[in-house]
Amino acid sequence: MLSACLIYYFLTFGKTKEQEVFYIKMTHLKWWKIAAIILVLYAIIAGFLLPVPALPILHESIRNLYFHVTMWFAMITMLAISVVYGIKYLRSNNHDHDIISSEAINVGIVLGLLGVSTGSLWANNTWGAWWVNDPKLNGSAISLLFYFAYLILRSALPDEDKKARVSAIYNIFAFTMMLLFIGVLPRMTDSLHPGNGGNPGFGGYDLDGTMKIVFYPAIIGWTLTALWILTLRVEYKRLYEKIQNL
Amino acid sequence: MLLFLIYKEIKLELRNKYALGGIFLYVIATVYTSYLSFKNIIHPATWNALFWIILLFASINAISKSFIQDSQGRQLYHYTLFKPQQVILSKIIYNAVLMVFISLLCFIFYAAFINYLVQNLYMFLLVLLAGSIGFSSILTMVSAIASKTQGNFSMMAILSFPMLIPFLITLIKVSKLAVDGIDNSVCYPYLWVLILINIIVIGLSYILFPYLWQD
Repeated sequence: MLSACLIYYFLTFGKTKEQEVFYIKMTHLKWWKIAAIILVLYAIIAGFLLPVPALPILHESIRNLYFHVTMWFAMITMLAISVVYGIKYLRSNNHDHDIISSEAINVGIVLGLLGVSTGSLWANNTWGAWWVNDPKLNGSAISLLFYFAYLILRSALPDEDKKARVSAIYNIFAFTMMLLFIGVLPRMTDSLHPGNGGNPGFGGYDLDGTMKIVFYPAIIGWTLTALWILTLRVEYKRLYEKIQNL
Repeated sequence: MLLFLIYKEIKLELRNKYALGGIFLYVIATVYTSYLSFKNIIHPATWNALFWIILLFASINAISKSFIQDSQGRQLYHYTLFKPQQVILSKIIYNAVLMVFISLLCFIFYAAFINYLVQNLYMFLLVLLAGSIGFSSILTMVSAIASKTQGNFSMMAILSFPMLIPFLITLIKVSKLAVDGIDNSVCYPYLWVLILINIIVIGLSYILFPYLWQD
């Protein structure tokens, strides 16, 4: 569909040099990047237009599910990639793995900030405050603190090799603790979030399954977009270091 | 070998008495300062929270030096003699013993000066033990990481606080239950979580420290 639109655009408006470059770039995208574009567009358009269950308190703000929750999925994917490459770095001492690991954390932090801000907007509309004392909110704030500390640790180590090794170790340590703090501790107490402390899971709100047909594609779309950003960042970092080493 | 390393840590600590004495004095002075500013705390939640915050800062003070005090030359010497796993385990065990002493001392002084509100002493002491071991295992590993950055104290705090806060929240919750005299069966799930965190942290330190050690 996308390439059909592009061909139409291309044939209608003639071709300049720039248009030709744009056309070649767009038609040579890998399939998963095209999937990312289509799925995110679908999530935004369908997310705002398709019907949602009419519920008290939540009302139309339930559409935030397609953005708030998907950001967390994308963030966890990025952080998991970062840990995997951190472990790979410790085993191989390959500098390229360190680039991927650290850039995945940078992308993950941006997604985490987006997740917190969308969540904060949602909380203000449904719970009546921008920030509440909820175990999941505390968990996300603490995990952001973890990764800010990671950035500071990286900047405090001047030697490249040492920086990569020490930060990979801290990364593995932090990720494991974060899984523990987000995964185990909130289940011990009451939470305002669905699925904790006697609240029904979100599936309980979505009685006729209308939200699933947007929610699942949205998760995949945002995750693929995050991956795309990651590949661009990694490519940029590799080129940057190549120039530095010239 | 492990016992030898622990023995070496104790001997080193006793040789420069000012460090050990400094920590004890730090605890006593903090408790006395709280006594002067609060006089008497009747509210159990406040009593409990203040106790753990005093203990938190005392433990950061006590453990932050555990890798920094070893000079580069001595570390190199240890590197030729011992396995890294032995080094980190000996430090964790030594620090845990030290922390148990510090927390008991802190508890006695706190109870004597400020107030004694604990109704379930057995559970409170168990929590104190789990908390001391947890503080020592988390902070030992973090101090090993922080020592790579030419060890400044602020780095230690920055790196350790995100790990300590959730641990501290759980500690405060379960020790509040103990202070209120709630039955043991209610407290055990929290205690299991604390023990789980301890096991995971010690396991991670055991696996990751060799990579940190190779310089």
